[in-house]
Amino acid sequence: MSVPLTPRNALVAGVIGILALVPIYAAAGGNTFMISLFTRIVILAIAAVSLNLIMGFGGMVSFGHAAYLGIGGYAVGILAKEGVNSGFLQWPLAVAASALFAVTVGALSLRTRGVYFIMITLAFAQMVYYVAIGLDRYGGDDGMTIYKRSQFGGVIDLSNKTAFYYLCLALLLAAIYLVWRLVHSRFGMVIQGARSNERRMRAIGFPTYRYKLLCFVFAGMLCGLAGALLANHTDFISPALMHWTRSGDLIVMAVLGGMGTVFGPVIGALALLVLEEALSGITQYSQIILGPLFLLVVLFARGGIDGLLVGGRHG
Amino acid sequence: MADALLEIEGVSKRFGGVIASDAISLTVPKGELHAVIGPNGAGKTTLIAQLAGEITPNAGRIRFDGLDVTALPVDRRSQLGLARSFQITSLFLDFTALDNVALAVQAHAGHSFRFWRNARREPQLRDPARAALARVGLAGRADVIVSKLSHGEHRQLEIAMALATSPRMLLLDEPTAGMGPEESARMVKTLRELKGELTILLIEHDMEAVFALADRITVLVYGRIIASGAPEAIRANAEVREAYLGEQEAAHG
Ligand SMILES: Nc1ncnc2c1ncn2[C@@H]1O[C@H](COP(=O)(O)OP(=O)(O)O)[C@@H](O)[C@H]1O
Ligand SMILES: [Mg+2]
Repeated sequence: MSVPLTPRNALVAGVIGILALVPIYAAAGGNTFMISLFTRIVILAIAAVSLNLIMGFGGMVSFGHAAYLGIGGYAVGILAKEGVNSGFLQWPLAVAASALFAVTVGALSLRTRGVYFIMITLAFAQMVYYVAIGLDRYGGDDGMTIYKRSQFGGVIDLSNKTAFYYLCLALLLAAIYLVWRLVHSRFGMVIQGARSNERRMRAIGFPTYRYKLLCFVFAGMLCGLAGALLANHTDFISPALMHWTRSGDLIVMAVLGGMGTVFGPVIGALALLVLEEALSGITQYSQIILGPLFLLVVLFARGGIDGLLVGGRHG
Repeated sequence: MADALLEIEGVSKRFGGVIASDAISLTVPKGELHAVIGPNGAGKTTLIAQLAGEITPNAGRIRFDGLDVTALPVDRRSQLGLARSFQITSLFLDFTALDNVALAVQAHAGHSFRFWRNARREPQLRDPARAALARVGLAGRADVIVSKLSHGEHRQLEIAMALATSPRMLLLDEPTAGMGPEESARMVKTLRELKGELTILLIEHDMEAVFALADRITVLVYGRIIASGAPEAIRANAEVREAYLGEQEAAHG
């Protein structure tokens, strides 16, 4: 497969290159904070990629996507607290619990659209948020420290910051590849067709609901995995994992990077989190700057950063 | 009737105080081109929407090839071979023309829980889609994004998409609506080619086209059938002339 040299491909290659070199750069400068920041970026990029699958390609604007970060994170945290440290158990359970939640939310929300869909997904996420607050055994409101990261029996040691970073990066790239295959497959065409004109999809014979539901579940599973990673990264879980503002952040990342492009959310996550970090060094009111900035992108660059570069929204 | 493909029995639909379909009964045999005419607001689009399954009638039955489809959803009826085109074009505007038609092909090529192969590179989807585009005269426009096509091309694409579902019956809602005379003539030619091959229910305002194409004509006024029969009989029918044809002639001066 030959890849043409377009501005977008050059950008993608550049970003992947930078991400791959982060640990080397950090080691050279003795800057461990940088690895930590970029691990976080990569993990949230996975979450944003998963949101983009349903939102950018499927037109399903979920305002509760951080719930899966929480479910994935709590699956790891709760199991760790109960003495189950094997990642081979924790991670599949994190993904399975997310799938279960997604089936429930999707089944109840996907027959509605627009604002109703947004409100239902938000409501479910808030429900999980308050359930987490009520889990006194697992830290309740304050959250809980995870004393032992997921164990993979000698295959990989997640306490090694560099190893963990590369694992996250590999998972991000794998996720992007899978989503890329998915959106160009027959299944992906159905999802995109339903975003474009669902009424017409049904008229030509597609039972769209079951396809959208499965897509919604795929996205939830991927984000649940990101949640498991995030819990390992911070060694901590708390209801804040799934606060609604974090769902908002994920939307911002997807929109910022250019919805409907597979790689866009990575750039969105990078842009938002680096900017947030840089601004927090200057002022404690970074939101005051970020808010209007985001508004400008939405108003003037509908394809996000990707759109500014390419001037279109197809890929 | 032994060879009836579509049987409508006492179908009624009301929207609040408006009776859009008033106990409509109509049978379309296999192979017939049946035109439905009537003034604006007569309930023609509502009838098609009930046949396609978008609107559920308040009363009555719809049978397609002997099977009661009254309660079947839109996509199931499409799978049975009932294809519709929309009066107000309903397309995938951000896709190419070929993508639009290929989706219609895909809808009838088994389930779409296929996650790996690039659908745009599947000849079994693309080739029939190209053939359907060629049939309506859009072969040269296959790779154009639909939002960039002209209104007339949109109308043609509507037909190509209906055809790509390999239907047994077409429900066409004013296929020449808003077309110029040349495009309109091209559409009539396409319909003439389809006639005989497929059973067609055609809603059309262009009387010349209707009388040239139809085997039988049904006249709808205020949701009620006031006449149904061969074109000559309809042309001669005094009530129809008064209720509709006269008004048309008056309207067109
Ligand atoms: N969804 C709807 N809600 C309320 N009234 C409707 C609806 N659809 C159609 N109508 C009314 O039903 C009547 C028939 O409309 P329609 O089927 O579009 O007529 P035609 O296609 O013959 O012009 C009109 O009076 C129209 O206003
Ligand atoms: Mg109409």
